[in-house]
Amino acid sequence: MISQYLFYFLSFVSVMSALMVVFSKNPVYSVLFLILTFFSIAGHYFLLNAQFLGMVHIIVYAGAIMVLFLYVIMMLNLNKEDEPGTTTMSKIAATISGGILMLVLVAATRSVHGMESPVADSSQIGSIENLGKVLFAENGFLLPFEISSILFLASMVGAVFLSKKEIR
Amino acid sequence: MLSSFLIIKFLLAIAVFAISLGVAAYATYGERKVAAFMQDRIGPDRAGPFGLLQPIADGVKMFMKEDFVPANSNKFLFVLGPSIAMTTALMTAVVVPWASPVNGVALQVTDINIGLLYVFGVVSIGVYGIMIGGWASNNKYSLLGALRASSQMISYEIAMGLSLISIVMITGTMSLGKIVEQQSLGYWNVFLQPLAFLIFLICSFAETNRAPFDLPECETELVGGYHTEYSSMKLGFYLFSEYVNMFNSGAIMASLFFGGYNLPFASYFAQMVGQNWILSLIQFLFFFGKILFFIFLFMWVRWTLPRFRYDQLMTLGWKILLPLSILNIVATGIFMYMSGQIQ
Repeated sequence: MISQYLFYFLSFVSVMSALMVVFSKNPVYSVLFLILTFFSIAGHYFLLNAQFLGMVHIIVYAGAIMVLFLYVIMMLNLNKEDEPGTTTMSKIAATISGGILMLVLVAATRSVHGMESPVADSSQIGSIENLGKVLFAENGFLLPFEISSILFLASMVGAVFLSKKEIR
Repeated sequence: MLSSFLIIKFLLAIAVFAISLGVAAYATYGERKVAAFMQDRIGPDRAGPFGLLQPIADGVKMFMKEDFVPANSNKFLFVLGPSIAMTTALMTAVVVPWASPVNGVALQVTDINIGLLYVFGVVSIGVYGIMIGGWASNNKYSLLGALRASSQMISYEIAMGLSLISIVMITGTMSLGKIVEQQSLGYWNVFLQPLAFLIFLICSFAETNRAPFDLPECETELVGGYHTEYSSMKLGFYLFSEYVNMFNSGAIMASLFFGGYNLPFASYFAQMVGQNWILSLIQFLFFFGKILFFIFLFMWVRWTLPRFRYDQLMTLGWKILLPLSILNIVATGIFMYMSGQIQ
């Protein structure tokens, strides 16, 4: 019962703050609302018993990536005059792509309707122990996990390489 | 059953809250006394015997001062900044185990299975308090202080997190309660992971913005850093959250590396006293002694070492501590493989 109320509350917060990200005039406000959105989504993870995922979501997105976003936006100190004007072409393109995205989302939501909830009752389903067992099992996600970690390493090395001033 | 559980947890949370604030208040007094001792002065001695009422006098002064908000600042964010700083500072202590259970009641507000990650999450949110406050002041010194703070905290968070991976590797858990429990049987983790402890110690100086890493509030360059425009209790919150963070990092270091509430020769003591509330009390006092030692260490370093230059700070974080912590993880893995703890 409590979790249902929490779900409605968190959903309201996440939808409202996501809308405010788009509608805020001040870019710093947009970033702060985006942080709020990430927090409410982490709250949804906690409701789904995925504690590890929720906490990592907070640490990585709210704690690290958004700090860098905020850092850059504060450094730039954007004003209204700096805003690039939008042409008619870009407005039409944005409308079409947004409409297509909405079509996909509606189609996905329709196919979910009537499905059984995949969440198990156990509160330990999302604990680190269970997650580790699934990720590192031989017949589980070991290979995709290792490949994606190599991808991350490659992108990290690439970022360091590109940020060097002189490339020999 | 549920209501008694809730009442106990509620009382524990209140107690942790009161202890954090009380220790932080007297840490300000302690800092001035330690500074006075190191500089061959007397320090505060007017308010009460030995100046013991000084923190209360300071608190009253903070409350009574004019609460000034700069004209061109962002009013809402200006208030939000110190609030976030104080809230996140007080949130860390809930996962710390204070003593072994009394009558089956754990003396820990919550023992979540992601305790270590929780601490990191709270620490990583804490930087917003400084950033938002510094930006909302609409002052170039505040903004520079906020930018320095955010880049410094992000840089040192990485080395801090990586240094703890080796602790997770040897203990096999992320719950602080279990990590402390494991150390009652064998050695304290500091003997198994001295390098990890050293990295964690240096990083916690940087995370609490204490000297020699106090560049965000570097008074010779930035007036007062991110809290230049703050006055009254808002400034008090910023200054106070630093002391609460010191207390918290002392508690985390003591429980991760120095056996938490465990006494040396824990099993011998447990036999002598018996598993009852007296043992828990002794453990609590001993744990407190460890925390106070770390708080003293923070002050000792502050009044001994000069401040880093900005490039030295970044070099230390990215080129020394980060590779060292990765090396520590690899070495721990190799050692665990050789000794047959993992296949």
